[in-house]
This record gives sequence, structure tokens and C-alpha cells, in this order.
Amino acid sequence: MIKYSLITLIFSLLLGVHTPGIAGDASSDENASGFYIPEAQRRFSEEQGCVEPTAEMRANHMEYILDQRDATMHEGIRTTQYSLNECIDCHVSDAPDAPRIDSEKHFCNSCHTYAAVSIDCFQCHADRPVKTKFQSRLNEGMGNE
Amino acid sequence: MSEESNIDIYRRRFLSGTATAAAGLAVAPGVMLTEVANARAADTPVSSDVRWGMLIDTNKCDDGCDNCVTACNEEHNLEGFGRPSTDAQWIRKVTLKDKQTGHVQSLPMLCQHCEHPPCVDVCPTGASFKRADGIVLVDKHICIGCRYCMMACPYKARSFIHEKLQDQVPYSPRGKGTVESCTFCVHRVDAGMTPACVEACTAENHNALTFGDMNDPDSELSQQLKQYDSRQVRADLELNTGVRYRGL
Repeated sequence: MIKYSLITLIFSLLLGVHTPGIAGDASSDENASGFYIPEAQRRFSEEQGCVEPTAEMRANHMEYILDQRDATMHEGIRTTQYSLNECIDCHVSDAPDAPRIDSEKHFCNSCHTYAAVSIDCFQCHADRPVKTKFQSRLNEGMGNE
Repeated sequence: MSEESNIDIYRRRFLSGTATAAAGLAVAPGVMLTEVANARAADTPVSSDVRWGMLIDTNKCDDGCDNCVTACNEEHNLEGFGRPSTDAQWIRKVTLKDKQTGHVQSLPMLCQHCEHPPCVDVCPTGASFKRADGIVLVDKHICIGCRYCMMACPYKARSFIHEKLQDQVPYSPRGKGTVESCTFCVHRVDAGMTPACVEACTAENHNALTFGDMNDPDSELSQQLKQYDSRQVRADLELNTGVRYRGL
């Protein structure tokens, strides 16, 4: 656990140093080393770009989605603030030619490649926003018939 | 063997009885928990006040229709690899023929969402579990793919994913090396909707599938269960299934 925290700490420090352009949440930047973070599709609120301050999310996003994962799976809690689907909806483009998880230009993979931390979330989870019949019905507000 | 399983059931009933009594004490005196599941907010955990169930009327189920199966495959993107023996199958049409009279019946078979699910009993990691509202699920984060649950299930309701998948839908994560089965479309149920198969059957005007809360005496499902004779498949196993059949 300590080792993990150290790695994330070092990682966030490196990120801070190498990509000053991304401190403002919603800008994308490709610096000299080719490290690239795609721009988010929208902002969480007027005040802040992401659901928590950017530094907090960089260091601890995995804790938030881990807690949410168990709450959703076992208790049916479907709040959206810390859900992985919501991360994807915001941070990944739904354009047909948008980078997929195997590309270094995918939001998650861009950092995870850089930090050499492999994740298996997307062996099962959708790596991009997908519009389905269910979601369009939900958005139409027909869910409460 | 049957004695042992009876003891287990009694033990379970006793334990759940004590748990309910303890939960009752925790609630302020005079306050009754009578929330309707449809009104459940996104941040409220599911509760055992609700038990989701389904009634399948085999008399209304059309022999040649497999709309429920198609709807399920589409909803969860259960693409096949053209290998029927290993392709995922959450709901399937079963044809029964009485050899003596030649009478043929057609019915959908899916996870029966048992009150005492054998798949949960045998799971070595706790991946297979029953939600408080009676929906039996696999937590694929914990599943190690041992497939004990597939062996334990009397209804052959579970599938193992043998191959790497792509383009899963956001509300239905599926991946190689884990076991899966019907979720009663838990994402829809949590949004106050009915499962995709029920919707498809109703849209076709067959109305063979009724979904609802078995604990709510006023639900359409409870009314039908009260009014008509229905059966559990393999009722002798005393699993108290959430899926019931009429005309079987």
C-alpha cells in the first residue's frame, strides 16, 4: 500500500512537472516528450473540471472508483459522481475514430502507459461512451413509467 | 443428503430471522420500512423489502418466437462466436414434449434467482452473491472462473466467457475468464424499468412474462401468483425460485 502511494505520488509529481498545460483541467497538451492527455468532453461543474480537484483525482481516482464499484455491484447504488462509466463519458470521445484503450492517446491509457501501471478495467468495461437503446430510453425520462 | 440440506435451510432461516430481528431493533421504534422499490433513489441501497420475481405463462409463450432471447442478446451485447456449446446464453427457449400425448410446450429458461441459490453456496470467493432484493449476480471483479457455480446450478443458467470480448455495453461489463448469467437486467430494474425480455414479450403482445415485486401484495406479479396456479422448476430442491411458471 505504501509502495503504491509512493508510486502515485512520484507519478503525480512527474505529471505536474512535465505537463504544466493540463493544470487547468480541460486543456490538452502534447509536450516535447510526446506525452499527451486528451481533453475532457465537458466540465463537472462551473468551479471545477473533474468530480474532485485534479490533483486529488490524479493521486486517488482508483480509490473512488473502487468504493463505487462495490456499492454499485452489491447495493445497487447508482450515483454517477464516482462511477467509471461517468469517467468514460466525460473523458473519452464518442467519435467513431476516437482512440481506444489500446492506444496511448486514450485518456486512461495515456497516463497508465507513462506510469507503467497496467489496468484490466477495460477487459470487461466499455472504454468509450456507447449509446444504446437502454440509455436513450433512460435519457428520455421514460424510465419511471 | 436431503436431511443435510434441510438443516442448512432451517439454519439459514434461523440466522436470517435473527438478523431481521436485529435490524428491526436498529430502526427507531414505530418506524416501518415500507419503501417501494420503484421510488428508490440512486444513492439508497437495495433492501430486502423487495423481492424481484417473474411469472412465465407457458400457454402464452409462442413456440416459434424467441424475441426474449434476441432482446437479451441485444441488450447485453451477447455476441456469439458461432460455437453454440460455449457461446454465452442468459436466456434460452426450451421445448418440452410429452412423449405419451405428443403435447409440445415452449418456454424460456433463465436464471431462476433462487432464494437459496446453490451457485452462491459453492462459490469459493464470494463472487456469486444474492442482492438484498433477491437478484442473483456474479461480481466479476472477484470471480476467478472456477465454474463451480455452473456445476451447481440445476437450471444450467450460467455461461463462462471463453474468449476475449470487445465493445461491451457500459451497463453490462463482461470479460474473458468469468462466469455470467441473467441479471434480471439489474441496470433497468434499478432505473424502475422492466427487464429487456419482458419488454420484448409485451411489445410482441404475447404478454407471457410478468415481472414485479413478490413481496408487494399489490403488484401485478403477486396478484397473478395469488390468482393462478404456478410452479417452480425443480421445486423439490427447495430453492424457492424467483421465476415461476404457469401451465407447466
